[in-house]
Amino acid sequence: MSTTTGASPTSKEIVPIPAATVRFAGDSGDGMQLAGTQLTTTSALAGNDVATFPDYPAEIRAPRGTLAGVSGFQIHFASTDIFTPGDHLDALVAMNPAALKTNLADLRKGGILVVDEDAFNKKGLEKAGYEQNPLNDLALEEEYQLFKVPITTLTRGAVEDSGITSQKDADRCRNFLAMGLIFWLYGRSLEPTLRFIETKFKGKETIIKANTAALTTGRNYGETTDAFKSSYQVNKADLEPGHYRNIQGNTALAIGCVTAAKLSGKELFLGSYPITPASTILEELNKYKHFGVRTFQAEDEIAAVCSTIGAAFGGAMAMTTSSGPGIALKGEAIGLGMILELPMLIVNIQRGGPSTGLPTKTEQSDLFQCMYGRNGESPLPLIAPRSPSDCFYAAQEAWRIATKYMVPVMLLSDGYIANGSEPWKIPDVADLESFTIDHPPAAKEGDPPFMPYSRDENLARPWALPGTPGLMHRIGGLEKQDQTGNVSYDPQNHQNMIETRARKVAKVAESIPQQEVLGETSGDLLVLGWGGTYGACVTATRQAQERGLKVSHAHLRWISPFPSNLKSLLESFDKVLIPELNMGQLRTIIASEFLCDAIGLNKVQGKPFAVQEILDKIIEAVG
Amino acid sequence: MSTELPVLKASDFASDQDIRWCPGCGDYSILAQMKKVMPTLGVPQENIVFISGIGCSSRFPYYMNTYGMHSIHGRAPAFATGLKASRPELMVWVITGDGDGLSIGGNHLMHAIRRNLDVNIVLFNNRIYGLTKGQYSPTSPLGKVTKTSPMGAIDNPLHPLSIAIGCEASFVARSIDVNIKHLGATLKRAAEHKGTSFIEVYQNCNVFNDGAWKYATDKATKSDTTLELEHGKPLIFGKDRDKGIRLNGLVPEVVDLGKGISEDDLLFHDEKAEEPSLAYLLTRMRNPDFPEPIGVFRAVDRPMYDEELNGQVERARETKGEGKLEDMFTAGETWTVG
Ligand code: SF4
Repeated sequence: MSTTTGASPTSKEIVPIPAATVRFAGDSGDGMQLAGTQLTTTSALAGNDVATFPDYPAEIRAPRGTLAGVSGFQIHFASTDIFTPGDHLDALVAMNPAALKTNLADLRKGGILVVDEDAFNKKGLEKAGYEQNPLNDLALEEEYQLFKVPITTLTRGAVEDSGITSQKDADRCRNFLAMGLIFWLYGRSLEPTLRFIETKFKGKETIIKANTAALTTGRNYGETTDAFKSSYQVNKADLEPGHYRNIQGNTALAIGCVTAAKLSGKELFLGSYPITPASTILEELNKYKHFGVRTFQAEDEIAAVCSTIGAAFGGAMAMTTSSGPGIALKGEAIGLGMILELPMLIVNIQRGGPSTGLPTKTEQSDLFQCMYGRNGESPLPLIAPRSPSDCFYAAQEAWRIATKYMVPVMLLSDGYIANGSEPWKIPDVADLESFTIDHPPAAKEGDPPFMPYSRDENLARPWALPGTPGLMHRIGGLEKQDQTGNVSYDPQNHQNMIETRARKVAKVAESIPQQEVLGETSGDLLVLGWGGTYGACVTATRQAQERGLKVSHAHLRWISPFPSNLKSLLESFDKVLIPELNMGQLRTIIASEFLCDAIGLNKVQGKPFAVQEILDKIIEAVG
Repeated sequence: MSTELPVLKASDFASDQDIRWCPGCGDYSILAQMKKVMPTLGVPQENIVFISGIGCSSRFPYYMNTYGMHSIHGRAPAFATGLKASRPELMVWVITGDGDGLSIGGNHLMHAIRRNLDVNIVLFNNRIYGLTKGQYSPTSPLGKVTKTSPMGAIDNPLHPLSIAIGCEASFVARSIDVNIKHLGATLKRAAEHKGTSFIEVYQNCNVFNDGAWKYATDKATKSDTTLELEHGKPLIFGKDRDKGIRLNGLVPEVVDLGKGISEDDLLFHDEKAEEPSLAYLLTRMRNPDFPEPIGVFRAVDRPMYDEELNGQVERARETKGEGKLEDMFTAGETWTVG
């Protein structure tokens, strides 16, 4: 008998597998996000590589038991390094009929299907629109390994002695029972979750007792009932040695910004208005007041960005966070930030659009908006992190560029990265490079007049702060005279200033890395991606390469400006494939910039790419 | 080393920019008073910032030799919030107009006031859109004929001070562009108040709305149409100071002094009253039924947003110690590989 690290001993057969993809699905009140997060933590602590995909409805509590109210959390854990939460499910936990109905299609044939059979009653079936109980359908048992578990009954029994009096409260522990069972199934340790229960519900002894009882009962159920013949074991992944933590994109972004502020000797100011899926950055940054972080929950999106510009004028590391609809409202002010030539970060966590669109679903359809969505000639640098942990680094890079060139930088993430998580190798603070930001000192007797729109070798203007004697100057949205910054309507000056501001953004290319390539630097096909599709692009490209196809992958981080070697790279491949979760926005930009006639793979379903979708397209193009 | 401030004159606060307001515009007078008040405040010149939105009045920062930002339409209070929140030691002035502050920027004005951010907001009320050449504004009276209201405006006007008090402003005042002594004194009071100071200035746009405040500025009528508020004093007005305001239940009424009515029967002004209802009532005294009060309506102490925000940062540092990156990185569950 063998056991995995920290796992519960089992007397049943253990089947080793390289990876598993599991999804918890239930009503949005069923605590599925919590269940998923706990499985993620315990798997990460067991040494697996993990990738997660939370998927929840826009309504906080859609009518209970309905299809619209189904919330899911998918996790992929593996003994190899992985980049996506998985195309198909190896196991699905369905807490009610609606969850079964909306999720079954993603379960692979022969996969494990655990259902709470208690929830398949008349009311539940009706709400999900089932005329017959699907659990009685023989086909279900033939196609999948079906486990009908009385999760509700078991939970109520388990918590009986904990002091919980109402049935409603007892039922709130159902997710812990389901977790216990799944933890047993994959040989996962209960310890991290037990610790979590202790801290989360500190002081609420009844709840601690009840959840603990539900969790262990779930585990014991797997171990003792005959229904489950074997459990599975996913060994440790061969991760780079180091200290790790599992991190979500928005958390990584928040702490990346705090880090950037600290490394540059600044204090962070965030002006923000709550919007899905960006609000968690505002929440996270509120934890770091002791780093000098000031958060301002503004009255609206416009006030959020304007306060950011005000703070930037005062010398803070200023940023604003939002999603597409909010960025639309901020457009005028971002243009002001651009002409004021002050450094700041404008973060867009993209969601499905247009308009209110699909607030809780992912999409990459704000690229045009962030590139061009301002009046007048107003180019800005734009960086798009490619994974949850990359947000940590992208935030710092963005701030370096913003201050080096005195320019607002757009940071374009998406809901998939924001809410998804992966193991993050915690950096050694000593390895992080600090940098200084210069502000012109007080004017001395006899100094020439201060020129707020003079420029250094990077075309950056001086960042003179209010409070500095002798540097009093006025900035504003009217066109500036070169050097003096005075209002100027001079035609030639306007031309000159517009060209200078554009040249400055183009010059950023001198400070960003050359485009890296996975695979050969020439070949039949280049898969060119950006942002959150990274994992699917890498995995599909590797699989294509394993088939002997001459395919490489390049993933853009800076989209404005492009890395300077991008043009020659594109020309080194016969074909270029650009998969995007939009209707071809990067493809259009690439076409206009490089006259490159790329093939598009475009999906706008509020869901990330499956690896298979990209692989199929690669094969179609070169296979 | 001496920490004494250099002695400055009004002219030290004039920038090198040519002023582009129409000749005769009321803005000139406000600018002149502002420059006069500046050296009296004991604030280093480089610590003063003027922020404006868009409109004629919003050109103001360009003409002040201080730090300044001419921002976008209606949003000046939001820029001021970001600046003041991160640099509480600066003295920040917001210059706005009736269109900028009450129409496109109404939301920001309301929130800056309710947060009691320590800034001074001066609203130049000329009851017209000047910069865009004469459309009616949110303070234009009903029936006002303009290019966009040829049959008369049908939008019920807003009254800036009523709004400010509705937002629980801690300092509310009114003055008049040509009443230069009063204007200077009011600006100074506003500057000295801690928290949001909101000042409405009746400003004449001699090009598009000439004479909008004639009743309040004409020598012949002004002592009957305006009433100078003084803390602790009864509300008396009139050329011969023979008229007063008395409360009849919850309604103010104009009474003649003498004839059995003495000063003691009048409403006494209390700018420090915690309860803002009386101040609100004063903002509702409008021409031609009442003399319009000028001066300080309300001046009370309330917690200030910028101070509270920075106080929280300070407290967090005291209780948790200065943040360390290592601790932030390793929060939650971590594990070691290899
Ligand atoms: S248009 Fe009116 S408010 Fe504007 S500058 Fe001329 S007179 Fe003054």
